Formats: sequence, structure tokens, C-alpha cells
Amino acid sequence: MADAALSTSAPRRSLLAGNALPVAIFLIFALVPLFATFRAEAYVLSLVTRVMIFAIAALALDLLIGYGALVSFGHAAFMGLGAYAVGILSSHGIQDALISLPVALGVSALFALLTGIVCLRTKGVYFIMITLAFGQMAYFTASSLAPYGGDDGLTIRVRSTLAGFPIFSGDRSLYYICLICLLGAYLLCRALVGSRFGRVYRGARENPLRVSTIGFEVYRYQLVAYVIAGALGGLSGFLLGNATDFVSPAYMSWQRSGELLIMVIFGGIGTLNGAIVGAAAFLLVEEWLSGITEHWKVIFGPLLVLVAVFAPGGLLGLAARLRRMIRG
Amino acid sequence: MAEAVLRIENLSKNFGGLRVTDDVTLDVMPGELHAVIGPNGAGKTTLINQISGLLAPDAGRIVFGGEDVTGLAVDRRAQRGLARSFQITSILPRFSVLENVALAVQARSGSSFRFFGAAAAEESLNEAARAALTQVGLGERETVPAGELSHGEKRALELAIALAMEPKLLLLDEPMAGTGRDETERLVTALRSLKGRFPMVLVEHDMHAVFALADRISVLIYGKILASGTPAQVRADPQVVTAYLGDEME
Repeated sequence: MADAALSTSAPRRSLLAGNALPVAIFLIFALVPLFATFRAEAYVLSLVTRVMIFAIAALALDLLIGYGALVSFGHAAFMGLGAYAVGILSSHGIQDALISLPVALGVSALFALLTGIVCLRTKGVYFIMITLAFGQMAYFTASSLAPYGGDDGLTIRVRSTLAGFPIFSGDRSLYYICLICLLGAYLLCRALVGSRFGRVYRGARENPLRVSTIGFEVYRYQLVAYVIAGALGGLSGFLLGNATDFVSPAYMSWQRSGELLIMVIFGGIGTLNGAIVGAAAFLLVEEWLSGITEHWKVIFGPLLVLVAVFAPGGLLGLAARLRRMIRG
Repeated sequence: MAEAVLRIENLSKNFGGLRVTDDVTLDVMPGELHAVIGPNGAGKTTLINQISGLLAPDAGRIVFGGEDVTGLAVDRRAQRGLARSFQITSILPRFSVLENVALAVQARSGSSFRFFGAAAAEESLNEAARAALTQVGLGERETVPAGELSHGEKRALELAIALAMEPKLLLLDEPMAGTGRDETERLVTALRSLKGRFPMVLVEHDMHAVFALADRISVLIYGKILASGTPAQVRADPQVVTAYLGDEME
């Protein structure tokens, strides 16, 4: 009797435990604007908007690293493409998201498809190097776009509209748009990982030889995942362009790709929740430290080393270990 | 006369100057268990790798189910019903035992380009996976992460994965390698119950298992087929006895 009761309650408890963190995360994001009304509203909203935008890109990257063992070092390129889509179209007077959003997603997905066809033929360190190379190619291409500001970048004078409505213009409405996009991206990734497709894709990380001898062409599954991750990066860039009213080649620099990697590893790879936590932790710590001293990187660098050494599972891994220690 | 399920014709493969497969011709008839034996380095695994598509032969042809599959990729051959196990255990360690097998079921039941709906909740996949696990005696272990199984259980899991593919031919590369006596017995029993249902190519070092199970045996030495025939014929072949069996059958 006792055994039966135990075995039925166990899955239910783990279901709650599995969802408590994401529920808490999204609840906090939803409530931030309410508290922000008390003080420094514009500042808080823009900071957390930025967190959510980077969290979308980090989610996409976690889909590649955490579930596919595909360590992409060029993920900022997709963000840059999304942002440039907004900027370039806007400079030609096309502001509506009904056009610019599909273009942003389409261009970044296409870039992912074309580069993925090449990158995914390589493994391990070579994959890291070649994604970095393609990222830098995008960076230098953007730098040479003289009509669109070249190195200096491009100011986006008018934010996107949706079917003519200026819903991207208000800080608060932009905040909620980003929240909805992040929620959508998160749910999409969760569904993908657990789906038939995700099972094959995750299996290929574990043992590609086994998965191909079962009868799956691993490459095709990885390519589809790469394109989805690219398109999500494009979405993040589309929002970033609108949030900053600006786009420049720096959006696609390898340093930015590195920051995205740090966010995912900082939070804990292969969990999706970790990508959001990592993006928030990275940007908030960066913001906090840079307020203390202009040499904030001197503090931030060692902090990252500490996390890498003492919390191999990232912040989520650390939290899980602490929970276990407290429970004994 | 029935047509062979698998026919290998004049297969050759060189690694540099080393001839690892030397003009090998053999076939597997429906329902037959065809064992390939030979000393270490005889090229048994290389032969299996060429049949399953992991290695391309330098010359010769592989005909499976009446179709020339010599140029087909490994996943295409698997889709046509060629299932294999590995000498060095090849499973998905962080997947549960059930999910390891369910993935193999998924490969033959509908498209896997489905992005929504939890695969773990598809009972048709799980039921077929459980059936395969029961056949190899792993029915009780389905929730365990595959990496935590004992060595013998991992061998059994590999067999279950192959069975779940509903193969037209099973390629078993040393399924008993490294297992204890009890586990070997269990695997022999499992293989015997499968005999007749699937044609099999069995590469194995355990001579008792081979002579207990095989309908036909081919002896491979330095990449060449030295002899081929029923267990009784092979055992009586003086060439085989001097070259290989002599010390094994004491």
C-alpha cells in the first residue's frame, strides 16, 4: 500500500518541481512592470527588456549546445541579421512588423540553412571554428555596408508597427511583446525537445552512430534544429533592434557570440531554464558591476572562472546541489 | 529455391597495404543463422561494418532483399531492415532503457519530423518497445538510465534495439563479448528463441554459443573465407582445425 502511494505521488511531485522554476521566472517577468512604476521605470523596463531579448537568443543557443552538442560560436550573427532586417527596411520606409518580422526570421533562417549545410559536416572543435568563421563573415559584411552606416551602424528612427499600430513604441508595450516572444520561444523549445524530432536530435548528441544505424539521417535533424535556432536568433535581433533603436556590426561580433555562450553555460546547459537564468544573471551582474567601476571586467572575469570551476552545471546546477545539501 | 536475404559477392577492402577483406562471397538464406568465426584480426568486424554501411568496400557487391545496397548510406540500409549490434556496446547512456528502444520503434513507425506532442507519451511506441524488452529479459528495467545497466544488460539492450527495428536481417557483432557465464546463457537463450524469426549473421568468439546456434558457419582467416558449411562440416574440416579451431575446441 505504502509503496503504491509513494510511486504515484513521486511523478506528480517531480512534475511540479520541473515546472516551478519556469513558472516563477515568467511570473517575475510579468510582475516587473508593476513594481517598476515606483521608481526608475524607464531604466528598469529597458534593462529587463534587454534580459528577455538575450534570453531568447540564449534559449536558441541552448537548443544547439545543450541538446545537440553543437557548440556554435557564431550565434550573434543571427541576432545581427534580425536587427539589420529591421534597420535596413526601416531606412527604406518599411516599418511594419508584418513585413520586417518575417524578413528577419527568413533571412536568419536562410543564413542558418546555408551555413549549417557546411558547418554540420564538421564535428567538435572544427564546428566551433567554422561557426565562428561564418559569424565573422557576417560581421565584416555588415561593416562594409556603407549605405547603412558601415562600422558606425544605423540608427532606427522609427520603431516597427504592427498593421499600422505603433505597439513597439511604448516601453511598456515593447516589454510585454518581448515577454510574449520569450514565452513563445520557451514553449516552442520545450515542445521540440520532447517531440519525436527532439528525441532523434537528443539521441544524436548521445551517440550519433547508434542513431544512424537505427535508420535516422542525423545530419538532417541537426540541420533543422540549426535553422530553428537561427530563426529564434533572428527574432531576438528583431526585438533588439527595436529596443535599442539602433543596429551596428558589433551586434554580430564574436565577443557577442561569446557572451551568449557564457550566458548559457553560466545558467546551466541543457535545461532551457538555465539559458533564461544565465541571460538574466549575466546582464544584471554586468549592469551592477559597471555601475561600481568602469573596470568591471576585472571583477566579472574571475567571477566567471569561479562559476566554471565550482559550478560545472552553472547556476541551476549549483542551486540543485545546495538543495540536496540542505535536505541532507 | 528461395532467394537469399543477403548476398555478398567478391567483397574486398584494403586498409593501406593490408587486405582485410579478401574476395569474400557469402549469403544468408531466409530464417538462417549464419555464423562468422575466426581469430582476432581476421576482419570479422570490418566485414560487418561493410554490410551495415559504415565502411565502403573497395570492390564487390552487397545485395540485400534483392536490391544492390553497396552504395547506400548506413541509415538507408537500416530503413530497409538491416539492424546491427556492436562489439563495443553502443547505446544512448542518458536515455532510459525504454526510450532507447522506443527510438528504434519510432524509426519504423511514421515520420519523425514531428515537432509537437511528447514522444514519451506515445503509447504505441512504448508498447512495442516494452515487447522487445520483454523478449530479451529487460522488462523490469525500463525506467533505468541505460548508462547504469550492467554490461550484460547493455548487451541485451542492444539486442532489444535491433529487434524493435523489426529487421529483415540481424547483424550481431560479438553480442556475448565480455559477458559473464550466466549472462551468456541468457543471451544464448534469447538468440535461440529468435532463431527462425529473423535471419542473422552472428560474429562470435564463444565457440559453444556458435556451435549451439548456427545453421551454417563461415570461417574467416586473414580476410579470406577458409571454409563454409554446417557446424558438423566445419568442425571436421582439417584446414579449419589446424588454422583456428585446434586450440579453441579442446
